[in-house]
Amino acid sequence: MTAQDTSSLKRTPLYEQHRALGAKLVEFGGWDMPVQYSSIVDEHRAVRTRAGLFDVSHMGEFKIEGPGAAAFLQYLVPNDVSHLAIHQALYTQLCLPNGGTIDDLLIYRLADMHYMLVVNAANIDKDFAWVERQAKHFQDVHVFNQSDATALLALQGPAAQAILQPLTDVDLSSIRYYHCAPGMVAGVNCIISRTGYTGEDGFELYCAPVDVTGLWTDLLNAGKEQGLLPAGLGARDTLRLEAAYCLYGHELDEQTNPLEANLGWTIKLQKGNFIGRDALLQVKEQGPKRKLVGVELIERGVPRGGYLIYENDQPQPIGALTSGGPGLTVNKNIGLGYVEAAHAVVGHTVQIDIRGRRTAAQIVALPFYKREKQ
Amino acid sequence: MASLNHPADLKYSETDEWVRVEGDQATIGITDYAQDQLGDIVYLELPWDAAQSVSHEQKFGDIESVKATSELISPISGAVTRVNEELKDHPELINDSPYEDGWMLVVKLSNPAELDRLMSADEYEKFLQGR
Repeated sequence: MTAQDTSSLKRTPLYEQHRALGAKLVEFGGWDMPVQYSSIVDEHRAVRTRAGLFDVSHMGEFKIEGPGAAAFLQYLVPNDVSHLAIHQALYTQLCLPNGGTIDDLLIYRLADMHYMLVVNAANIDKDFAWVERQAKHFQDVHVFNQSDATALLALQGPAAQAILQPLTDVDLSSIRYYHCAPGMVAGVNCIISRTGYTGEDGFELYCAPVDVTGLWTDLLNAGKEQGLLPAGLGARDTLRLEAAYCLYGHELDEQTNPLEANLGWTIKLQKGNFIGRDALLQVKEQGPKRKLVGVELIERGVPRGGYLIYENDQPQPIGALTSGGPGLTVNKNIGLGYVEAAHAVVGHTVQIDIRGRRTAAQIVALPFYKREKQ
Repeated sequence: MASLNHPADLKYSETDEWVRVEGDQATIGITDYAQDQLGDIVYLELPWDAAQSVSHEQKFGDIESVKATSELISPISGAVTRVNEELKDHPELINDSPYEDGWMLVVKLSNPAELDRLMSADEYEKFLQGR
């Protein structure tokens, strides 16, 4: 609870709007970001039942262009970029040759030879240096860091489409999950993407920083009747935890490969060579040494990232949590963490060390929360 | 901070607890500022069995908000005479009513001189501005 010097932190174009709305600002990945406006619980519930609007302009965007772009990306990431249709998006990672995860990201194919990578804010410089370095081995590829020229809003929740549709001529029902369309929203040129990080239906809107203040205000006004709330990083974290989405720096890092993180569905070992393929192939053949699991507390207490996981009454830990907290929709105290592969069995009971107290928990199937399909 | 409330009849610690003294009994809770900083409170660990004592500037429990865990530090020493059992199932009372429904412990003061080291409401608000 101590004040910090925030003058060196980066600000999104909406910084003054956040302050005017009474947001609490916190440091996140070098940015001064809203963690909550009213209450994390209220904002979380708004996204699950109505809608929430997030400023995620801190995220990084790279453009990859040229006749060699597709071949380059196919080598750069473990997922298969070759099947990506124009206006389709793909979840993947940047991996080190040893399989460790540099970052996780989305790749959009915006036009034939024109792709956009969306990376985590804290990793922008590291990722761009990596991408630029790898691109040197390829002909006819141009990479641009567009992060400072791109703002991003996420409108998430069951009412998202109903709120957004009156503001655009684009038929939103025609945009499928993990697809996007260029279009005007409230007079602002956007890429409208049906993606998100909350476990709900929703849209992410990429636009120019100069336009984002008007777009933010128009969206908040348009959603007022449906109960749209501005939502901060606090709710973003509780929502993604219930949906069991990895958060870089917690479930993923350079010491963790995507197979350990249950991301095998994004690793296409058959597609040809890519950075990290040999290492990931070996992990796949031998099986990962540890695996990401979900735990739910049986006894009272709140699990948090860093807490150790034990087999019942054994002295040596079998793993550690990487994230944890109250599951505000599922009404359980939940966590994500890595355990030795032999212990990664749904239904097994374990103990979490909460400040010296062994607390009973159960390994449960992921995700903790899945929305009902409409 | 303008909307936060720090009643004049209470005493305050630098670790954001308040104390209300009635005779030799002192009620302890956390301040409006503290609950506002923590955000939604979801879980609390207190000396529930009440057969315990607390010590000046020593930890007497843990408080969990959605985001984080914090320690509760006792501003005074003494034997715990009552614990607010309501908080077990309704920790959000601390957010809604930090000075009334959100009280935590009642303690029989063993060293009333400790009260002199606590701040008045005015002093506490000045202290918060300097943070």
